[in-house]
Amino acid sequence: MSDQPLLSLKGLTKAYPGVVANDDVSFDIRPREVHALLGENGAGKSTLVKMIYGLVRPDSGIMAWNGQPYAPDNPATARQTGVGMVFQHFSLFDALDVAENIALGMDDPPPRRQLSRSIREVSQDYGLPLDPGRLVGELSAGERQRVEIVRCLLQNPRLLIMDEPTSVLTPQEVDILFATLRKLRDEGTAILYISHKLEEIRALCDTATVLRQGQKVATCDPRQKSARELAEMMVGKTLHQPERDTSASDDIVLEMRNLTLRSAHLFGTTLKDVSFALRRGEVLGIGGVAGNGQDELLAALSGEARSKRDALRMLGEPVGHLGPNARRAMGLLAAPEERLGHAAAPDMSLTENALLTAAWRQKLVRNGFVNWPRAQGFAEAVITRFDVRTPGPHVVARALSGGNLQKFVIGREISQEPEVLVVNQPTWGVDASAAAAIRQALLDLTARGGAVVLISQDLDEIMEIADRFAALNEGRLGTPRPTRGLTMEEIGLMLGGAGDMEVAHAQA
Amino acid sequence: MTGAELSSIALAPLIAALMIAATPIMLAAIGELVVEKSGVLNLGVEGMMITGAVCGFVFAVQTSNPYLAMLGAAAGAAVLALVFALLTQVLMANQVASGLALTLFGLGLSALIGQGYVGIQPPRTPKLDIPVLSDLPFLGRAVFSHDYMVYLSLALVGAVWYFLKYTRAGLILRAVGENHDAAHALGYRVRRVRILAIAFGGACAGLGGAYLSLIRVPQWTEGMTAGAGWIALALVVFASWRPWRVVLGAYLFGGILVLQLTLQVVGVRIPVEYLAMSPYLITILVLVIMSSGRARASLAAPGSLNRPFFASG
Amino acid sequence: MLRLEKRPQPSKAWTWATPLLAVALTMVAGGILFALLGKDPFVAIRMIFFDPLFSEQFGAYSRPQLLIKAAPLILIAIGLAIGFRAGVWNIGAEGQYIIGALCGAGVALAFFPTPGWYIFPLMILAGAAGGFAWAMIPAILRTKFNTNEILVSLLLVYVAERILAAMSLGLMRNPDIAGFPGSRNLRHYPSAHNAEIIAGTGMHWGVVAAFIAVIFAYILLHRHILGFQVRLAGQAPRAARFAGVAPTRLVILCLGISGMLAGLAGMFEVSGPAGQVNIDFAVGYGFTAIIVAFLGRLHPVGIVLAGLLMALTYIGGELAQFMLRLPSASIQVFQGMLLFFLLAVDLLTNYRIRFARKEATA
Repeated sequence: MSDQPLLSLKGLTKAYPGVVANDDVSFDIRPREVHALLGENGAGKSTLVKMIYGLVRPDSGIMAWNGQPYAPDNPATARQTGVGMVFQHFSLFDALDVAENIALGMDDPPPRRQLSRSIREVSQDYGLPLDPGRLVGELSAGERQRVEIVRCLLQNPRLLIMDEPTSVLTPQEVDILFATLRKLRDEGTAILYISHKLEEIRALCDTATVLRQGQKVATCDPRQKSARELAEMMVGKTLHQPERDTSASDDIVLEMRNLTLRSAHLFGTTLKDVSFALRRGEVLGIGGVAGNGQDELLAALSGEARSKRDALRMLGEPVGHLGPNARRAMGLLAAPEERLGHAAAPDMSLTENALLTAAWRQKLVRNGFVNWPRAQGFAEAVITRFDVRTPGPHVVARALSGGNLQKFVIGREISQEPEVLVVNQPTWGVDASAAAAIRQALLDLTARGGAVVLISQDLDEIMEIADRFAALNEGRLGTPRPTRGLTMEEIGLMLGGAGDMEVAHAQA
Repeated sequence: MTGAELSSIALAPLIAALMIAATPIMLAAIGELVVEKSGVLNLGVEGMMITGAVCGFVFAVQTSNPYLAMLGAAAGAAVLALVFALLTQVLMANQVASGLALTLFGLGLSALIGQGYVGIQPPRTPKLDIPVLSDLPFLGRAVFSHDYMVYLSLALVGAVWYFLKYTRAGLILRAVGENHDAAHALGYRVRRVRILAIAFGGACAGLGGAYLSLIRVPQWTEGMTAGAGWIALALVVFASWRPWRVVLGAYLFGGILVLQLTLQVVGVRIPVEYLAMSPYLITILVLVIMSSGRARASLAAPGSLNRPFFASG
Repeated sequence: MLRLEKRPQPSKAWTWATPLLAVALTMVAGGILFALLGKDPFVAIRMIFFDPLFSEQFGAYSRPQLLIKAAPLILIAIGLAIGFRAGVWNIGAEGQYIIGALCGAGVALAFFPTPGWYIFPLMILAGAAGGFAWAMIPAILRTKFNTNEILVSLLLVYVAERILAAMSLGLMRNPDIAGFPGSRNLRHYPSAHNAEIIAGTGMHWGVVAAFIAVIFAYILLHRHILGFQVRLAGQAPRAARFAGVAPTRLVILCLGISGMLAGLAGMFEVSGPAGQVNIDFAVGYGFTAIIVAFLGRLHPVGIVLAGLLMALTYIGGELAQFMLRLPSASIQVFQGMLLFFLLAVDLLTNYRIRFARKEATA
């Protein structure tokens, strides 16, 4: 009986134009196990779970649920069978309240009053308290995830799929989540846990299936393997570790003083009294869980959001009131998180996208007229120097893969030799080799005397290349501390908004 | 005569006229509200209204049945709305451009269909005599002796309010309009919901148009909606996408319309043309007030409004 | 089952082929419509598209009409296209056209009957300024109060129409002829008359202005950084802000240019082909220009071709109305259908249509 797998996948294949997302993937998920699905971005994890959840139909291959054929053609069928899924993005409605959001995820929700009661009960039981009447847009990232989890739990799933659940959580919140998941497993629920974070998987999971470029590499017991072995299975080759050579001086290039700024968005975060100083040649890492003011901070630095004159000084000059191009002229450049639509225009060619930020600094415009050959030359230079894989600068931005476009965007800024470069999530959704190249390019920039503000939710990335670390929490920025010697626990406290006092206390 | 008597004489017909003037735009606006709640901006209200006006008129003359005519008007405008649905939901065309196309086409089509019907009298739609209520002093005259469409439009607003707030289908419709990617991820048929909403919006606009040509005027003339569809669009913004506020807005607007007409009749020393432009100017003014400031109405707009949806994978 | 698949790159070939396909489809659908109206579809189509240019009987009259009708359409559509590219939806060009005409004619009537070389240039300035000012109303309301420019610009058309009526019946009415609405005829006032530059061609100053506007728009959109910013703002508003484009300035610029051009179109029309301010002066060029802009794919050269084609349907439509008793509204329907088909087939530019394979799930 216990040998019968809950869900068995055989030979699942799904191809999209130009890419095979899953190629002949087979493995079993047993009841009462936490099964990791491990792989890089683009390895095919999302497509695979979408097939299990009925959002995508496989081109070939079959699935069996408790030995019976299972071929869901929509999520409702999957939910009725007993599959629940917690998404990484895109599944909550900001303007609706918690109870409405949960009702939408259920096939046959009870009347409102009864539903509210069960939301309170279940969320308390699993240590994830929720108020059913609150608007989801007002919740923190961690609370939003709770909504998704409670939504699944109310339907008593036999298999719970979690897609990169910890990417939005602080280390303390991760502990709570893991406790919840272990409790669920002990109650008999199987969990399919998607992640690329090795330590998490080793801490939580009983079995791991590793995907690489759409193919299954192995199914193993992650506790029997070292993190290094798992990483090699996932990536396939030894990674180039960025070389760093701390070259920070005492020379302050950029200084933000007591900046308070309202978000332009309805459910955005207000920046509150943010101050920091950036020194020539250093990388300042700004960590924090998504939605704590990262976008707003980038906008305040890039010039998209203007502030008081003196709130921001560049090389001693007040620049808070200046727009993006005036700041670029002074050497303050930025690369936002969202590649398509923010850092680059999806339907414009790479040449046009090169013009987007480099028009004046690279002299691609004279008397208002665009020098198109020169713009194309600049785009070509970026493509060559940063190894952007594309047929040429005439290709539109959205035709590039995430990693290649990101190399282009970061390369476009670095090629302009900024004094200060602000980047937000520079390696989000980028494959490991491109990520390594981008990090190296940032370090090279600092070696030449540039300074970098690295806003990132990836703590490993910050620890790898930043000289100092500060946490952004609900729009407040903590005091930066040197990364060397900082422990994960201390970082967790900083991120959790415990404040500098307690950290200082712990040190004392 | 006492002051109370004086006001009751002047006020009762004014309120009665106001309710009639408000009905066409209320109908069109409540339909468009549902469409926009589902995340679609259909700028073709004017075109659908005029199509409804002509379809209703033709049906009325042909069948001599004013009730069937209303159904015909709703059906005709809904068919036109489905063209918009085909363009925007299936063929992924731009919503603003498609809405404009609908208006341009609707104006032409209605003129073509209606060319043999100019100057004809449609069959009369009887007024409802609600026992007891319509005999009440003042209120009976002002509120309780109208044709059935006046009450039907109010009932429709109530039904839409109940639908959106308390039913599961209404919740799904709001969810689709708020975030279509999330709704799709949960397995809801974004396109189907929107197509149905668009058809409903078309039917309502058609009823509004037919109310003009069959009851309010009642006659067919080319371009007789004269911007009522655009005013209905503005009304949705005024209402911040809340059904009951549509009623408030429509009655306010009906009041202005009636007042302006009364002033024309009384012969105030302002040229007729300037009085006639006041409804449009006041609509603009209302739009300005509603869209400015921190508590602006645009914040209440559905999250996915006027954003194209393409399900990948 | 048909399935849509987004193209990695918009198809260049389809970009140019879709307008042609749309015209072809409209001819077919229009033919069916004419047949339903009891007319011979082939005769009707020929009469609309070919006879105005090639018939010996009508050509002499119709050919000059082509430029006369196309000039305002092109002039207005060029301005609209710049705005549409930026995502600024001025759909009230008809109103700006009326106000431009009233301002232009106002100058002429104020100087009447004084002769002077400076009168016509002043009228041009007044026409442009009038259209510009009328377009600034939605522009300023949008930038200061975040009011939707689509609704405001459109509602102002109705206001402009009432002003036109008031002027025709009041202030600008010809005092010499009692009982009739309408102003003096500017044809009889040489200093203010927008006469044909070359007799018998239909070539008047409005045509020259349209020609200049096309060149200006081409340079702006394809060679100047402002044009790049306009396109960027339309395609990716957030990226535009990141690139330092001030949305406020862009709204003012786009509405300003399109209002000015529409005002100019109105002024050239009132001082030339129409001849006078009158209640029936506005015939919907401002709305048809929307179709022209889309049919020309928002590209200056495309708009020239589209404007000429649309002008042809006007002239051919009149001809068919006269010869075949085709109802005048059917041409309006015809033009509306063209826009429908255009929007429908535009799909082919950005998507590929695939026949879905049989699902292989067991």
